[in-house]
Amino acid sequence: MAMVPTEADIEALRLNPFQKFGRKFVNFFRRLPGRFVHLFVSIGLFFKKAFFGIGRFFRDLVLTFVHGKWWTKLSYLVMGTGNFAHKQIMRGCIFLLFEAAFVFYMVFAGGYWLGMLFSLGTRPTEEVESEEGWATIVEGDNSFKILLYGVLTVFFIVALLYTWYLNIKQCRVNEKLDEENKKLRYAKDDLRALVDREFYKTLLSLPTIGIVVFTIMPIVFMILVAFTNYDVNHTPPYKLFNWVGFDNFGQLFNWTSGSTSFAATFGEILVWTLIWAFFATFTNYFLGMLVALLINKKGIKFKKGWRTILVLTVTIPQFISLLYISKMFGENGIVNKAFMDWGWIDRPLPFWTDPMWAKITVIVINIWIGIPYLMLMVTGILMNIPADLYESAKIDGANPMQQYMKITLPYMLFVTGPYLLTSFTGNMNNFNVIYLLTGGGPKTGRLYQSAGQSNLLITWLYSMTVDDSNYALASVIGIMVFLVVALISVVVYNIIPSTRNEEDFS
Amino acid sequence: MENNKNQESPMEKLERGNQKHGMGLKARRRIGNTFSYIGLVLISIIWITPFVFLVLQSFETAGTGWSASIIPSKFGFDNYVYLFSANADFNRWYFNTFIIALSLCIGQTAMQLAMAYVLSRFRFKMRKKLMNLMLILGMFPGFLTMIILYNVLKDLGLTQANAVPGLIIVGIASSGMGYYVIKGFFDTVSKSLDEAAMIDGATRAQVFVKVILPLAKPIVIYALLTAFMGPWGDYVFASYIAFGNPQGYNVAVGLFQWLTKEQIPYHYTHFCAGGVVVSIPVITLFLMLQRYYVEGVTGGAVKG
Repeated sequence: MAMVPTEADIEALRLNPFQKFGRKFVNFFRRLPGRFVHLFVSIGLFFKKAFFGIGRFFRDLVLTFVHGKWWTKLSYLVMGTGNFAHKQIMRGCIFLLFEAAFVFYMVFAGGYWLGMLFSLGTRPTEEVESEEGWATIVEGDNSFKILLYGVLTVFFIVALLYTWYLNIKQCRVNEKLDEENKKLRYAKDDLRALVDREFYKTLLSLPTIGIVVFTIMPIVFMILVAFTNYDVNHTPPYKLFNWVGFDNFGQLFNWTSGSTSFAATFGEILVWTLIWAFFATFTNYFLGMLVALLINKKGIKFKKGWRTILVLTVTIPQFISLLYISKMFGENGIVNKAFMDWGWIDRPLPFWTDPMWAKITVIVINIWIGIPYLMLMVTGILMNIPADLYESAKIDGANPMQQYMKITLPYMLFVTGPYLLTSFTGNMNNFNVIYLLTGGGPKTGRLYQSAGQSNLLITWLYSMTVDDSNYALASVIGIMVFLVVALISVVVYNIIPSTRNEEDFS
Repeated sequence: MENNKNQESPMEKLERGNQKHGMGLKARRRIGNTFSYIGLVLISIIWITPFVFLVLQSFETAGTGWSASIIPSKFGFDNYVYLFSANADFNRWYFNTFIIALSLCIGQTAMQLAMAYVLSRFRFKMRKKLMNLMLILGMFPGFLTMIILYNVLKDLGLTQANAVPGLIIVGIASSGMGYYVIKGFFDTVSKSLDEAAMIDGATRAQVFVKVILPLAKPIVIYALLTAFMGPWGDYVFASYIAFGNPQGYNVAVGLFQWLTKEQIPYHYTHFCAGGVVVSIPVITLFLMLQRYYVEGVTGGAVKG
């Protein structure tokens, strides 16, 4: 955003980082109405552009057909004809093969899946007793597979439509080049471009396919599941599930059955998730910085040794250290035993059995997990702070505390702003620490189904799928996690001092 | 600069400051450092203790069950012998994990390098959209896709006993989305290098392989290292895919179920020994390549 700095903006440069943050925070909300207007205007413009784009798209399609030679016209039905007519054998073959594969797939499988997508199947698989008294299994529909392959088919159709469009576009381009007597691109040119000017297509092909098949399709599928009643009572193939519209989302607002309702549990776990993410991020951040400063202090020897000791914890696979520590703090674990032997306590401390204790213990142990990582990171950044800043501060008589508040901290916050954001959202989804330490427990039965008191949304989602087989509601939680993370990211990204909207640190 | 206005020279001012406090700079620093050393020693003890306990308990040979005493009542290598004996599944888990780690190490790094290079060097129509898409996809919790991936892999026969290839495919397939750190590094490599090579007649592919990759050695090592370390701690997805079949477990799943209520009376000290054995290769690698790891962590944090 290019904005003329006002007097208030210049004044703001003298504030300390927290005041700056507060100011940005207020400004964000002050500018919100304007942004909304801007949003609607740009949505309007987008539609305008889209409509014109679509209009032009169809006009081009029709015009290409009308003015085209016979092979162009035939390309609308048999893809690749136009390429063959221009001796672009490789391209023609690819188009033709793709179309053949598509037709083959649709006739033998795709058609069925697509047709069933609306009902998600009507006949469950049944065990039927035949006349001789044998139990035989009569296979019926399988909602899960219908949904899965239905989604796959839709993706395939979209891919075909796009290829079809490309095929026609190429006809148009070829005819134009023909008229102007220019050279066409043949297989040799195509292949050469793929390692040179269009090398990005080669490099991107595999990662993109991977992402589409293993990330996008599953996510689309799971979003769709949120609109079905796929749970333990509707598990194919013996029981089918069905579309239920927004019923699952409706449960988020249904508070009638008190704290064991889905809505109340969701609210409680969401609040704890946010609290956890806040503490996990900032305790680590500040304590990690402290340790880094301690190690990097002038005159401290064996810097590398201290660092290595701490870093060992990052290295050892988390599940080992976390599981071991979880046992250490168990009811008759090492810690409780030691305390009792020393006569500090009479009965074991309820580290994992009391909700409040569990939450605090988790946060404390997370400090143990996170500090080494932060320490490494901060050490690297500290070295980048221009030394003359400290020199001149020292000359001006600033004590170490002042140096920290005026130089180190602002610099760190400035540089690591984006990191703090990703760390916050990462902690919201920090499965390992919670699951391996508490398993989501203690389970007091106060919450919905098998939800425990220290569950994050993400561990709740996990136990909901694995323990309760409540896939539909789990999908709802997943979507909500996404919405919360996206919302926080958008808001924070607009507030933090990032390289985008602030000149340099000075 | 403000301090130009000062009449005193900087050194004079410093000295005056010291006199005011009535103590030499050296003496103050020595006291400060003493406290720092005490702090550091305490911190080190806190961080090291669990591992010392783990190692000590792994030598307990009096029984294999749960025990809250740190010092083994009988000292020996029985637990380690058990891990690699024929009737323990640990061999298999270790081998599985090693294969997965090795494959991911190569596959993930290749995917991420490709993605990072493209997004750093090429400007094409879909570039910004692609980056935004990956950002948004990254905000969906990964578990959401677990159920469907499990079912797809099951249809392909890649679950339970055959979980290893399944885990490798899933691990590599979407790894392109983790391109950020490497792209940050590529962005710092001057584009004039590419241009110079292309003027000399190199294709884009040759530039990538012969110019950029050799320069990117530190970040490639970082990517290899993180990709290799990941699978040793991967529990969630591995446990879901290998569901109940010890043949397909990796070390995390295997060791985890040794600590369940039913197993812990028989396998607690085995878990400790297993933990030590699993940590050794990872720690060794890490200590050897620490420099690169630190560079990656710092770079990744700054570029976000």
